[in-house]
Amino acid sequence: METVLAILTGTMVAGSVFLMLSKNLVRFIFGLVLASNAVNLLIFAAGRLETSRPPLIPQDATHAAVAVANSLPQALILTAIVIGFALLAFIFILFSRTYQTLGTVDTEAMTDAEPFAGEDSAKGRRP
Amino acid sequence: MQQSNDSAHAAGYSIIGLVSTALPLLLFAGLCFMWPQVVRGGVYAVQWPWMPSLDIVLHFRLDGLSFLFGLIVTGIGFLVTLFAASYMAGHPHTGRFFVYLNTFMLAMLGIVMADNLLLLFVFWEITTIFSYLLIGFDHESAATRDNAKQALLVTGAGGLSLLIGILLIKTAGGSLTLSEWIASDHQIRQHPLYLAIFTTILLGAMTKSAQVPFHFWLPNAMSAPTPISAFLHAATMVKAGIYLLMRMHPLLGGTPEWMGSLVVIGGVTAIWGAVQALSPSDLKRMLAYTTVMGLGMLTMFLGGNNTASLTAATTFLLVHALYKAALFLAVGSIDHQTGTRRLERLGGLWRAMPLTALTVATATMSMAGFPLFFGFIGKEIMYQGALTEEMFPQFATTITLLSNSLMTAVAGIILLGPFTGKRPDHLENVVDAPLPMRFGPGIMGGLCLLFGLVPWWVSAYLIQPAVHAFSVVEKEVQLAIFHGFNTPLLLSVITLTLGGLIYFSRKTLRPAVTAALDAIPLTGQRGYDITLKGLLATAHAVVDGLQNGSLHRYLRITIGVFAITTAAVWWFNADGWTLRLRSADLPLSHWLLVAVMAVAVLVVVRAQSRILAVCALGMVGGGAALVFLVYGAPDLALTQLLVETLTLIIVSIVLLRLPSLAGPPPGPVSVSRWVDSLVAVGTGIVVTTLCIAITNGTIDRQLTAFFEYNSYIAAHGRNIVNVILVDFRSLDTLGEITVVATAGLAGYALIAKRRQ
Repeated sequence: METVLAILTGTMVAGSVFLMLSKNLVRFIFGLVLASNAVNLLIFAAGRLETSRPPLIPQDATHAAVAVANSLPQALILTAIVIGFALLAFIFILFSRTYQTLGTVDTEAMTDAEPFAGEDSAKGRRP
Repeated sequence: MQQSNDSAHAAGYSIIGLVSTALPLLLFAGLCFMWPQVVRGGVYAVQWPWMPSLDIVLHFRLDGLSFLFGLIVTGIGFLVTLFAASYMAGHPHTGRFFVYLNTFMLAMLGIVMADNLLLLFVFWEITTIFSYLLIGFDHESAATRDNAKQALLVTGAGGLSLLIGILLIKTAGGSLTLSEWIASDHQIRQHPLYLAIFTTILLGAMTKSAQVPFHFWLPNAMSAPTPISAFLHAATMVKAGIYLLMRMHPLLGGTPEWMGSLVVIGGVTAIWGAVQALSPSDLKRMLAYTTVMGLGMLTMFLGGNNTASLTAATTFLLVHALYKAALFLAVGSIDHQTGTRRLERLGGLWRAMPLTALTVATATMSMAGFPLFFGFIGKEIMYQGALTEEMFPQFATTITLLSNSLMTAVAGIILLGPFTGKRPDHLENVVDAPLPMRFGPGIMGGLCLLFGLVPWWVSAYLIQPAVHAFSVVEKEVQLAIFHGFNTPLLLSVITLTLGGLIYFSRKTLRPAVTAALDAIPLTGQRGYDITLKGLLATAHAVVDGLQNGSLHRYLRITIGVFAITTAAVWWFNADGWTLRLRSADLPLSHWLLVAVMAVAVLVVVRAQSRILAVCALGMVGGGAALVFLVYGAPDLALTQLLVETLTLIIVSIVLLRLPSLAGPPPGPVSVSRWVDSLVAVGTGIVVTTLCIAITNGTIDRQLTAFFEYNSYIAAHGRNIVNVILVDFRSLDTLGEITVVATAGLAGYALIAKRRQ
């Protein structure tokens, strides 16, 4: 399964990069969601997928008697999912505000902070 | 300056300046107490630990050489400060000026007394910085700022070179403590790194002491107030490079590389400075070029490896410091009293400024090398030193002869130009400078004559202890008023004759020299301009190329660099190309799950409708949750599903506010988009390969084993993942919650702003 997951992750990354490079904020968001998922799966696969038993300790024991799934990457991913979500939520709001202010979702048209080479900032600013 | 001069006349002198003279005077007096011991070859040393682990010790050592430099620094420092107290009176920034001046002087003392090389470097850099501040003291003029920056860049670059040299010395096994290193007789000259060490140290000395081709900053540094030019750019800072070469002489000197390059570099600098000194009509600039000449001479004599050459260097050091500081200060007085330093606007001043005229007379006589003056003794010993150079003695002698002749002529111009002839009308009411301004140059001018009358005393009490400190003396070289009829005397006579000839043909020579200098296509100054311009152009090109304001380009570069470097690391570290693929006995349902997710990805990429894209995204997220569930991570699956649901809701809300995806009908795909595809597919392949490579290796389960073992025993929890999050790594989780809270707050702020 690791190999299959590796190929899937690669596909997701390729898709997300292509979307993020599209100069359209809406597609950029889709790319970001995809990338976030892809990285989680990558970490998951890196922790090996040898068993389907969750890392739990039975009621009457102090240790898991049989081999359980790798708990460490799971803990990492859990954190990553939550942080990824927080980041996404913030970016959604930011993009929505950006659109309201600038009236465009074309990233190439957003030049207020950094005017293109040779332009001065006043020229790039919209009314 | 003119404005401040008017108020200077009113104030007379600056109180801060007079108080500031106490420091150099006390230091000078302190040094004098150590004099008897130093003359007997004694050494004073103190040390305090600073960074012992790095072999950096506050280690100060005073021997004959440090002593001579110390006397020059504090003695001339005192006279210059006294002069400046009057010269700078009424200037709005006198406080700043004297703080800079005194700090510089202390740093200079630090250089000549530091026994630890890194300590020496620290002081070296402090002098560079304060030289920058002092050259740029008149910071309201753009030209002055440029000149200060130039001096900073050139000497700063040399300082870096020196630091590299010091680190190389350490690498080659030398001690950072100079005295220890000299005592240990470490054979660094045979070390493979010797050439690198020598080159880097030499570059440091060359930039600081204005050797060709780095000499151009010194004449430009003349935009500093005149007392600064006298102190830093004649007597002390520019001599720091010379000091470094002297200190390094017993360790690095005596090799063909050392002797050859020092003689040639010094010789070229000397003659180049001497010729250029003929050209300017600004007296101060003229003096600056003669300083370049003097520094070249010193370097040339340090190329020698015998007592005569080294004594010549040490003697000329003192000769030059005295007459040059006196002349700079006298020119400062002329400038102060008349408001100009230009030769064509000056004349006939000897009656108006008698004491200044006398000072200039003794100083220029010493500079020209007339008998009975200290400069004559210096010149005699210089010829002796040049004739005994190990390498290129004919070259050295010729250079010395020509440079000294030119110096004689320049001395004539400086003395006879402003003081004789008819006094121009605009100088009718000029009077001599106030007393503190006449005192300093007067003393130094007097010493130019006095030292020439008692050369044996100077030799025994100043020169010989210094020479002993940095070389092995086989046969003492005595200074005397008259050494007998020998080659040096003959050369001296030739020098004076030649100098006189040059002086009397100055009317034709000076324009010719100016024209010839203008015709030279590549000078150090132009090289500096080209380098600086090229550097700026490169920086602009890099910034415009990398940071052009396009998010698209930033992403492409960032992702591309990630993919390429990851691939490169893997390529160079991989043990073989074989990737074991593990997909055997995978149930059909799993294949199906993965296939659906892959198709969903494609749909997101190709979607022209927002709703379709959102649905497909949901499928990818849900699929990931299923993968987690199947492979023993129910917690992840739960969280993923929750987050996925929330994400979709938020995406949907946001999408309602954003425009539709459907753009104009798709035309032919642009080249740029093809590049994007290439970057995307390439990155995907890299990630896949990376993932397979990781899973092919063996996994280190040490941490997992620890958590599994201690989960219940230590933390009393049966869900190992939860225990890790809330117990073992609870601080990380706190950080995570902080991130979520911050994102929430920031998001709220953005929304709230809109409502206003």
